[in-house]
Amino acid sequence: MSHVFIRTASIAGLALALMMAALTANAAPNGRALYENNCSSCHGVNGKGGVGVPLSLPSFLNSVPDSYLEKTIRYGRPGRVMPPHPTLSDAQIKAIVSHLRSFSNGKVPATLEALVKGDIKRGKKLYAQNCSSCHGANGEGGQGTGVTFSRPRDLPVIAPAINNPGFLLAATDSMIKATLMNGREGTPMKSFLKAGLKEKDIDDIVTFVRSFEKIKPSANRIVKNNESPVLVYDSQSDLKTTVENVKNAAKAENFRIIRVQDFENGLVKKGTESNREVIVYFCNFETLNNVLAVDPRVGLFLPCRVTVVEREGKVQVMSINPRYLSSMYNNDELDKFCDEMYAIYTNIIEEATL
Amino acid sequence: MKNLLAIILLVMVANPGVASESEGLIIHRSTQTFPEAMLALQTSIGEHGYTVSRVQRVDIGLTKSGYKTDKYRIVFFGKSSEIRAVKQSQPQLIPYLPLKIVIFSENNETLMVASNMTQFAVLTQQKDTRVLLERWNNDIHSIFTDVK
Repeated sequence: MSHVFIRTASIAGLALALMMAALTANAAPNGRALYENNCSSCHGVNGKGGVGVPLSLPSFLNSVPDSYLEKTIRYGRPGRVMPPHPTLSDAQIKAIVSHLRSFSNGKVPATLEALVKGDIKRGKKLYAQNCSSCHGANGEGGQGTGVTFSRPRDLPVIAPAINNPGFLLAATDSMIKATLMNGREGTPMKSFLKAGLKEKDIDDIVTFVRSFEKIKPSANRIVKNNESPVLVYDSQSDLKTTVENVKNAAKAENFRIIRVQDFENGLVKKGTESNREVIVYFCNFETLNNVLAVDPRVGLFLPCRVTVVEREGKVQVMSINPRYLSSMYNNDELDKFCDEMYAIYTNIIEEATL
Repeated sequence: MKNLLAIILLVMVANPGVASESEGLIIHRSTQTFPEAMLALQTSIGEHGYTVSRVQRVDIGLTKSGYKTDKYRIVFFGKSSEIRAVKQSQPQLIPYLPLKIVIFSENNETLMVASNMTQFAVLTQQKDTRVLLERWNNDIHSIFTDVK
């Protein structure tokens, strides 16, 4: 009797578990939760912007089709901070877009794939006259990446890089045309129809902008897989001498020594720290100020630091590799700084280990 | 041309090295003001069993040098036994230790950034260390959730 009961209960339990699994699998993704987990840290809980650009501007939401938002989330903007989201499903991305739409009650424009055909030579001339002062001569966008610290606080956006492959893939010709014709209220982007251009002129500009697709992506982008996370050199001197060498080499590179400490300082009871690892912290505040303007998340590099380690009589000097870390940020402007910092770190360590 | 662009971008996002770029950083926003979030952060770090070894006041250094900045701090933390074990057996991880969380104000809210520690598993073959990196990563997520 009890065996029959147990078997029946087991079958009922299994059926219930399968039903729950099926319900979970069929449940629509929660756009709000997905937005909060994937987007809000940069764009703000209510889409008002922050490190990332504001998404809740009605003039933005009401002028871009769902396909633009979906492709932007999927592919991001290579080199311009906005990361791709390769692991989100199509349904999850649609759910996020649906949540974005809740920020504004306007009509959603349809995706129109028809190509705009204009005169590319004329478009180039008109672009130079009307667009390049904000978007750059080759569509590279306004200076800075748009993240908060690099954007004047009174500006909601920096002119986007319209030559970015992510943008060109996401934006249809009709969307670019509509933006040129209507402008974006609440941003510096004005209506060029009201400014005096004819629709034919705008078609020519759209055709020129579309030609940015032929520009090859920057070959300078740092590829994470090519870099080691750390720089490690053997020193010819003892630990104490090497620490002094690091300090002198950092000063020679125009850095101020801000702190020299045992590695374990603050982690263990005072007086019990190992004296076989010493950290030299140094800083150049002008460089620091400039790099924070490029990307405020860069604190993971900070403060500049070299660690001198002694093991069995051998001394090594090591640091993070700025080029490796830079690849986490998807920020071309930061890559340039990191190339410079890579050279500085290697100079300091090489000088200290001679 | 659009199809070609899509293929190029698909290859880029499908490449594990490139895809992990967006996973290398853990970023969280707290709707608390900076002082509240800072207090909650240090409390949560302690509650997770870690010791805060130092707080680097980047904003103070910048201000003293004549630059304007919002509140910007770096919190260093770790468990002495774990850190000692790792730096002994895996010294190549030393430049990324102790653990750190960057915290800075953005108007009335606060942003926190940390490295995804699991990416440094490439520096070690030791299973124990890889498991530890995974746990550190989970703890950072848990700490951020507390502060959120």
